Amino acid sequence: MIWLTWRQFRVQLLVVATVILAAAIFLAATGPGLLDDSRTLADNFISSLPSHPIQMWLYRIGLILLYAVPPVIGAFWGAPLVARELESGTHRLVWGQSISRTRWLAAKVGITGLAAMAITGLLSLAVTWWSDPIDDAINAGQDSNDYLPRMFPPTFAARGLVPVGYAAFAFALGVAVGLAVRRTVVGLAVTLTVVILVQVFTPVFLRPHLMAPTEQNIILTKDNVRGFMMSGDQSSPTLKQLEVASGSVGAWKFADKTVDKAGQEISTLPGWAVKCAPRDPSPNAPVRSPEEQDACYQRLADEGYHQHIKYFAADKFWALQWREFGFFMLLALLLSGFSFWRIRRDLS
Amino acid sequence: MTSVLQAHGLGKKYGRRWALTDCELEVPAGHVVGLVGPNGAGKSTLLNLAVGMITPSAGSVEVLGGPPGAQQAKVGYVAQDTPTYARLSVADHLRLGARLNPAWDESLAQQRLQHLRFDPKQRAGRLSGGQRAQLALTLGLAKRPDLLILDEPVAALDPLARREFLQDLMEAVAEQELSVVLSSHLVSDVERACDYLIVLVESRVQVSGEIDTLLATHFRLTGPRRDQKDLPRDQHVVTASHTDRQSTYLIRTDKPILDPAWTVTQLTLEDLVLAYMGRDVQPERPVLEVQR
Repeated sequence: MIWLTWRQFRVQLLVVATVILAAAIFLAATGPGLLDDSRTLADNFISSLPSHPIQMWLYRIGLILLYAVPPVIGAFWGAPLVARELESGTHRLVWGQSISRTRWLAAKVGITGLAAMAITGLLSLAVTWWSDPIDDAINAGQDSNDYLPRMFPPTFAARGLVPVGYAAFAFALGVAVGLAVRRTVVGLAVTLTVVILVQVFTPVFLRPHLMAPTEQNIILTKDNVRGFMMSGDQSSPTLKQLEVASGSVGAWKFADKTVDKAGQEISTLPGWAVKCAPRDPSPNAPVRSPEEQDACYQRLADEGYHQHIKYFAADKFWALQWREFGFFMLLALLLSGFSFWRIRRDLS
Repeated sequence: MTSVLQAHGLGKKYGRRWALTDCELEVPAGHVVGLVGPNGAGKSTLLNLAVGMITPSAGSVEVLGGPPGAQQAKVGYVAQDTPTYARLSVADHLRLGARLNPAWDESLAQQRLQHLRFDPKQRAGRLSGGQRAQLALTLGLAKRPDLLILDEPVAALDPLARREFLQDLMEAVAEQELSVVLSSHLVSDVERACDYLIVLVESRVQVSGEIDTLLATHFRLTGPRRDQKDLPRDQHVVTASHTDRQSTYLIRTDKPILDPAWTVTQLTLEDLVLAYMGRDVQPERPVLEVQR
């Protein structure tokens, strides 16, 4: 059965493995140079990076590949695994041999699934290792417009264990969907869509609930404010929301709400709070003096307005990684459980 | 072990439709069994139940004295349309058979392929329908089963390939001493290859038994018009047709026909099968079984 699984799977494996190995080789070749730079340039490391466009590209390619691999594995390894047999009728050939369906599926899912996790793990290891100097520098407080802290959504799922969890989930989903719909192309499309949606919505709906966040109430000042959300026309705007810096470098802040004295979330700030902005939104509005702004912030503080924020600090990275990995591994096991239940039922 | 296939009240339902109902069967070992019936009669359903591809909705089925699937190594199965892996070569298929079957007979498989002049490197997807069927049969035979089940193995083949395939099957059966159940919607296939017959129409078994016995106990009676209830009790009517003055009965009986008014004709196998296929299926009528 090992031989048959390999014989049927080798082309798909080679296509994906070639891309990943090529990427891993590029990363391995440039990684040590990057590490050296980070040591010699120290605090100027990130600001020096734009002069090496290749680093920038490798950073992005690593990110893109790690997002692309799980859907591709789910759709092209998972979905056809059983669906193609059912579609071409070859399941009746192979189940007519002296091997039970359960063992047949166990071999196929086991071998292909482990290959999916191993190869994604390899890529994630290469990318995580390569990006480590950059991630460290960002977490140490170096400023950048190009690189985000590794806790932030786009980077978080392209580091460490999470991609492996996604790959296992995507593969198990592909197998289960293929078994349920029995059509390779439909299974492939459904798997691709669902995995991409899961990647998009995980940071919004799942990740904030994986562990208890750090919660903090912060008094707004001219120095820690990070954003103003205004509405209405330019001459008489109303201030809807304010955003504040968490003060924790490299943390991922996923909730930031203005609350009143009673701790109630408010949807609109009082009219005078517009004066906290450095200038009005109309094009020719003059810049407000620091004293005027300070007075506004003082009034906010006096009347009890403050920001309520929730975030995961940078040092929670691995704890959060393990939890998200575990969550998707559990999903993968449940989906595989469905597949093993389904394969024993009528399929002809 | 005396029966290779045994069914009691066996039924299979797809949604609301019964694909097979009240199937009672006992097929003794050592036969080549032909399962005939029109398309959609439930032949594939019965065979799929026998190999454990699907599970019964009612009743039970036993294969080689055990539940289906319990002795997977001893039951060979050549599925309908003889599926093969299009992208695997002929040699790959043999390797598959060798890896997945404990009693695999490699020399038998090699001999058959040499005899059939197969190129081992050829991909199965490029084989003709007849060659694919032969490859599937080779896999089934080299597994060295006690019972080989073939579901419409020759349905897609042209007449020449059909004959070659069945001839080949017969030779293998003679050499290996195995029981065979094969389904077909053509009587000629069964006539050529089988010595035991099961007729399945509209999800019910109409008749089953050794072909020689069936032919020796079925007759066509032609004579002056006579009502069915006037026939002797041991003459079971299969079909009846009447004109104004004449009656024609197709009957099954173990006793000699003594009435001199009848012209008695022997039936061919085709007559017999067509008679059972053509008659109105009445569910309340008990299923006929030839006494042995």
